[in-house]
Amino acid sequence: MVVNRLSWLIGGAQGSGINVSAEVFARACKRAGLNVFSNIEYHSNITGKHAYYRVRVNQKKIHSPVDRVDLLLALDRETLFGDVDASHQTHRGHVRQVEPDGGIIYDAEVGVTPEEIGRDDVRLYPVPYGEVMKDGLAAGGVDYEPRRHDIMRNMISVAASFALLEMDLDVIVDMLRERLGPDRQHLVGLNELILNATAEYVYREYGTDFPVNLEGREAGQDSLLIRGCDAAALGKIHAGCSFQSYYPIAPATEESEILSSVQSEYPITVLQGEDEIACMNMATGAAHAGARAATATSGPGFSLMGEGLGFASMIETPGPVLSVYQRGGPSTGLPTRQSQGDLRFAIQPGHSEFPHVVMAPGDVQETFSLTFKAFNYGDRYQVPVIVLMDRFLANSFWTMDKLDTDGLVIDRGEFFDPEDDDYRRHLVTESGISPRSIPGQAGGQFVTSSDEHNEYGKISEGILNRHDQVEKRMRKLARIDQESPATDRWELHGREDAELTVVAWGSTKGAILDAIPAVKRMGMTVNFLQIKMLWPFPREEVRPILERANILVLLEDNHDGQLGQLIAEETGILIDRKLLKYNGRPFSQNEVEVGLCDAAEGEAERIVVSSERMAV
Amino acid sequence: MTTDLEVRPSDYRTSAHPDWCPGCGDFGILNAIRQALAELGLHPHNVLAVSGIGCSGKTPHYIKSYGLHTLHGRALPVATGAKLANHELTVLAMGGDGDGYGIGAGHFVNSGRRNLDLTYIVFNNGVYGLTKGQSSPTLHRGVKTRSMAEPSFQDAANPLAVAISSGYTFVARGYAMDTKAMKEILVRAIRHRGTAMVDVLQPCPVYNNVLTVSWYAGRDLASAIPRIYNLEEEEGFDPRVADPDDLDEVNAKKITAIARSFEWGDRIPTGVFYDIDLPTLEDGFRSHRPDAPDSAVYKQAVPGQDVTPLFNRFR
Repeated sequence: MVVNRLSWLIGGAQGSGINVSAEVFARACKRAGLNVFSNIEYHSNITGKHAYYRVRVNQKKIHSPVDRVDLLLALDRETLFGDVDASHQTHRGHVRQVEPDGGIIYDAEVGVTPEEIGRDDVRLYPVPYGEVMKDGLAAGGVDYEPRRHDIMRNMISVAASFALLEMDLDVIVDMLRERLGPDRQHLVGLNELILNATAEYVYREYGTDFPVNLEGREAGQDSLLIRGCDAAALGKIHAGCSFQSYYPIAPATEESEILSSVQSEYPITVLQGEDEIACMNMATGAAHAGARAATATSGPGFSLMGEGLGFASMIETPGPVLSVYQRGGPSTGLPTRQSQGDLRFAIQPGHSEFPHVVMAPGDVQETFSLTFKAFNYGDRYQVPVIVLMDRFLANSFWTMDKLDTDGLVIDRGEFFDPEDDDYRRHLVTESGISPRSIPGQAGGQFVTSSDEHNEYGKISEGILNRHDQVEKRMRKLARIDQESPATDRWELHGREDAELTVVAWGSTKGAILDAIPAVKRMGMTVNFLQIKMLWPFPREEVRPILERANILVLLEDNHDGQLGQLIAEETGILIDRKLLKYNGRPFSQNEVEVGLCDAAEGEAERIVVSSERMAV
Repeated sequence: MTTDLEVRPSDYRTSAHPDWCPGCGDFGILNAIRQALAELGLHPHNVLAVSGIGCSGKTPHYIKSYGLHTLHGRALPVATGAKLANHELTVLAMGGDGDGYGIGAGHFVNSGRRNLDLTYIVFNNGVYGLTKGQSSPTLHRGVKTRSMAEPSFQDAANPLAVAISSGYTFVARGYAMDTKAMKEILVRAIRHRGTAMVDVLQPCPVYNNVLTVSWYAGRDLASAIPRIYNLEEEEGFDPRVADPDDLDEVNAKKITAIARSFEWGDRIPTGVFYDIDLPTLEDGFRSHRPDAPDSAVYKQAVPGQDVTPLFNRFR
């Protein structure tokens, strides 16, 4: 019997409610005091295409998906066998992912036979969803009405899983009671009928033979099950961001939706613009006029923001902050899939040379903290700040005890002296930073321009002035380099003198941390250099670590190994061994384990993970 | 709006000398803006002039308020963000016809939909002056100006009709060489609560040798009557919608205004075409979220917000 170690996967057509099932299942496990990680894979489609949701449950903290499935929930044939009827088959279904001795719960009314499934080594648990629904409602004296009640089919998946895992349904009922509003409490009882009927059916037909059990631990009521996009939104609110513009785009929209939903509680205005060009410029206008301002987008929108980024930097706006959620590119690419393909573009997001900051959080806490700090960098250095995240970080859920706000202090930078009767908005200073006034402040009037300008902001094409202003602006990067704490910029996880050093950035952090114990068990000492501030690049601090390392392996969700390219440019150090993945899916723990071992043994300089086993 | 009767047009004068060509219509618009701001008694530090790129884009350099010379076509979104950050500011957006109706056309349309309380002034001369006289979106088909190799094969857009269709709640046309009338229009436009759009016919003496001062003055006509006339002096014309809830009146006024906006040739109407009081974007935000804390006034010291009440969502 395995206790508290489960990989659960539900698949079905988009729009059929797998999200609800998975999120209820995941949150119920979290509330039972277990550690949960979950993530969804879905198509750029509203209804009908195959989507699946993975929930990983464990006794200890986990941060990434694994390839194996212990318990599969199939709501349709495609989840089992793949899109076999499609003119161009894209995947072969999830049956083959199920571990020997694992289980498959499927809707018995879909018309699948055990022979078709063809796995003698797994346990099959057909559940007649429609019949269970009717029986459940009948037990409560309720007549079944498909249009009213079918939405509760989602609960059958959850309850069947709970029954096999021998988990108490109370945690689900309590959660529904808490989360359904006062006017929807009558639904608690209805759901309870379905939950009970499902559990009774499963116990009656299949007993308690499933080899994985979950045992609730101390109450997990207070811990959080939270996504990167949630943490980014909270980081913005905590920083006092009062304006966010956005244009709908996967996978960035959720963050703006969260911010929109709190406008009655917090002083923030969220505005949907006509395009990302407008959004970038609205945020710049708001930052210029004194707000802490932000926008959020992904690759295609980010491409449109390049013009405005250079402008914000040229006029030395405090910010704005851009939350950029990478997805598969180029062009429209893979709108709903994972990628880390925009690193180099984020370093050089517009024409010519201008200072800006790029930060890349690796997990939920860092997303919260670095998003908060991004506003400080914006205000202090009067530059736009990019927080570079990705689809996986945006949409996956992690279990957190809390979001830590320690050490997060607002810094709005230097303001002008109203007594100064010769105020110069772009005063040339040693630091490169000129004290700023805000429109509306008496005595602080200035004009500034996207054209090259003089200290007063007036257009100037003078040679000496051009030198002064270019150098003044660029000096800010050196100042950031000097003043920024290492904790904002890089982190070495593990002992300094390891045999293998993994070099990575962003959301691959979770899979790397999860994989390191397995690599250690192979008899190798491993550490992990995480780069958090991509620009300005912490070259002086990172170079000695790289020079000291024995075997360096670069790990990235892109084709070129873009961090490796940046490191080569900044430090002159070439990292030969690369573990790369660019199929639109995030790294799993297993892929990192195997990949790092292969890389350490020098299998090949360039190892590309195609995840054939997971290719769904 | 902070007002003070002591403010004079000279308070808005800067030491910088405009680098526009002699005879440029931009001078008239600049003077009209300064006079209107002074007449409204607005303190220079409470005014933000936001411009696009082109000759007109330089205007904020010559107004002693807060000024922001932005990107080509982007004055409106920048102005939108600034106004939402600090609704106590009087925000003027300005730019050329290529800026607003060409590269910035998407922003032009969508700013009308929002009806934020700001004023948009378009210096409309039919050409791209700073890039040496190419045709702009308002140059009519078949017209060839000095530096064009051949006549324009593209039709002209009608900015007033687009503005009315896009939701602008105050739509007017001025003539740059009539500073007094321009000033009057601008005073009304800035006072108007909502997005006011003022298209200004602005002769470019260097590159537009077709739409010249002399042409607008009708000197080529047998009658020698100026082409420019004041629409509001026409009998029976009233741009003002008396009852914004009366859809019949609203539609009738829109249709009349749009019809007049297509008048071109021997007679060219100026003045206010359409004027209606409708809820602004901020009114919309406010009515939808009556208890919301005010986000729209800048604060030097932004307080860090306590997010712990939101943790419940994730439990």
